Amino acid sequence: MSRSRTPVIAGWFTGEGDDFRLLGTRCSACASVFFPREDICCRNPACPGGELREVPLSRRGRVWSYTDGRYRPPSPYVSDPELPWEPYALIAVELAAERLVVLGQTVPGVTVADLTVGMEVEVVPGVLHEDAETTWTTWHWRPTGVAT
Amino acid sequence: MTGEVAVLGAGMHPWGKWGRSFVEYGTVAARAALDDAGVDWREVGSIVGADTVRGGYPGYVAGATFAKALGWQGARVTSVYAACASGAQAVGTARAQILGGLADVVLVVGADSAPKGFFRPAGGERPDDPDWLRFRVLGATNPTYFGLYARRRMAVHGDTPEDFARVKVKNSALGALNPYARYRKRVTAEEVASSAVVADPLRLLDICATSDGGAALVLSSMEFARRRGVTEPVRIRAVSTVTPRYPNTMLDLPDIATDSAVAVESAAETFRESIARAAYEEAGIGPDDLSLAEVYDLSTALELQWYEDLGLCGEGEAAKLLRDGVTALGGRIPVNVSGGLASFGEAVPAQAIAQVCELVRQLRGAAGDRQVAGAHVGISANQGLFGHGSAVIAVR
Ligand SMILES: [Zn+2]
Repeated sequence: MSRSRTPVIAGWFTGEGDDFRLLGTRCSACASVFFPREDICCRNPACPGGELREVPLSRRGRVWSYTDGRYRPPSPYVSDPELPWEPYALIAVELAAERLVVLGQTVPGVTVADLTVGMEVEVVPGVLHEDAETTWTTWHWRPTGVAT
Repeated sequence: MTGEVAVLGAGMHPWGKWGRSFVEYGTVAARAALDDAGVDWREVGSIVGADTVRGGYPGYVAGATFAKALGWQGARVTSVYAACASGAQAVGTARAQILGGLADVVLVVGADSAPKGFFRPAGGERPDDPDWLRFRVLGATNPTYFGLYARRRMAVHGDTPEDFARVKVKNSALGALNPYARYRKRVTAEEVASSAVVADPLRLLDICATSDGGAALVLSSMEFARRRGVTEPVRIRAVSTVTPRYPNTMLDLPDIATDSAVAVESAAETFRESIARAAYEEAGIGPDDLSLAEVYDLSTALELQWYEDLGLCGEGEAAKLLRDGVTALGGRIPVNVSGGLASFGEAVPAQAIAQVCELVRQLRGAAGDRQVAGAHVGISANQGLFGHGSAVIAVR
């Protein structure tokens, strides 16, 4: 039986392979960008309020900082309690064009030992976890020097 | 300058992992504060409770919960919640009521009964809650955010894990002298270095635990204090409960991303710096006037960050300030002489109140072995989740 692929959160990212992008929104009046997407009203207090339109974010950015989780996070993070906990790295990435920082997990296999502040990374599609019916998809950060 | 209110009494329940109800800790702290003030509970015109999200419904209405436990006596009641800043909100609310003439004497109480392990969000499927999202999508616990900040300091300022460990060594030595602290044992740099990594580069002994505890203050008008013959009370001169300004370009708990600075240039000062500045402005003092500071050392690295945010030193100079002993007891500006969160562990709604309790003890000259000589101005500072500033300046 094949599982359906479902984004862990709808509307935050789109596309496959090289076309994969995080999705934010941009205010038509003041050009502020929001991620996670802001769909209610622009949060710039000096803005008269424009229309918020979906916009793909830059694919590449630089590592602002990084860390990892050596212990199993609590629910609602999903992990199999039967399996030993496998730490993964988290990277906060600075996107130059949008001038914001976005947090994300790294691709599997990249650890904190492989990372430095300022290193270039790109966003790629990833899998958060799978259950019987569904592959829950997410975004991952991958150092640009690392092959797929 | 805003008017002052008097601190007539301060009381605490010892921090620990006692496994009992937060109501008990808060009530014990409240009775201790009333005793310390020499005020009968029935004289209190208003009670302000700092809420806990962990005690069920009674936790959300903490003001009434404590009022009932102490015995209904008709006082005005308020319950406030602002995550780690709840205590400062409670103090700020009490002060406003006193200065506004709504009450002469106000009892402020906060207490928590903490679960084992990581703090976790409330249950259910709640994709509109950033706190739920960061756990669901990233598994980003509080320590992972502390790890990000610590690594950033290492990269930008050259801080080292040994610098971070020095904070724990300093605070644990002070906590060993504090009967209200949960951890009363001195910790060595070697013990920090050999503890398990929780969120690289931070280790178990770099990160504060979650605790049970309770703290309370009796605040009054200056006029009421005079009538009671308290001629020289500790006074609260400033309470800063400011929000950030857009765009907030610091990745704050529990957010997955910062605001964008593409349309509006970010302010020259960070949110945490603005928390301190607002307090200084309200009090009409500056960092050079401080005798001591109590800051939120959720991690050892965060204590260093606060040195800079409070203006105790320039950006990037915190580790040097620590290494030079400036923030140790006996130094120019001792920080966390209570032992800090390193020695207490966080009891969320009680912690900011406990910080003020320590300022009160110090300013009264009643801190025993932990006494900062000649203390006359103290600041407490922290930052609550979801954009809550928290700082109190007390003087005597
Ligand atoms: Zn706008």
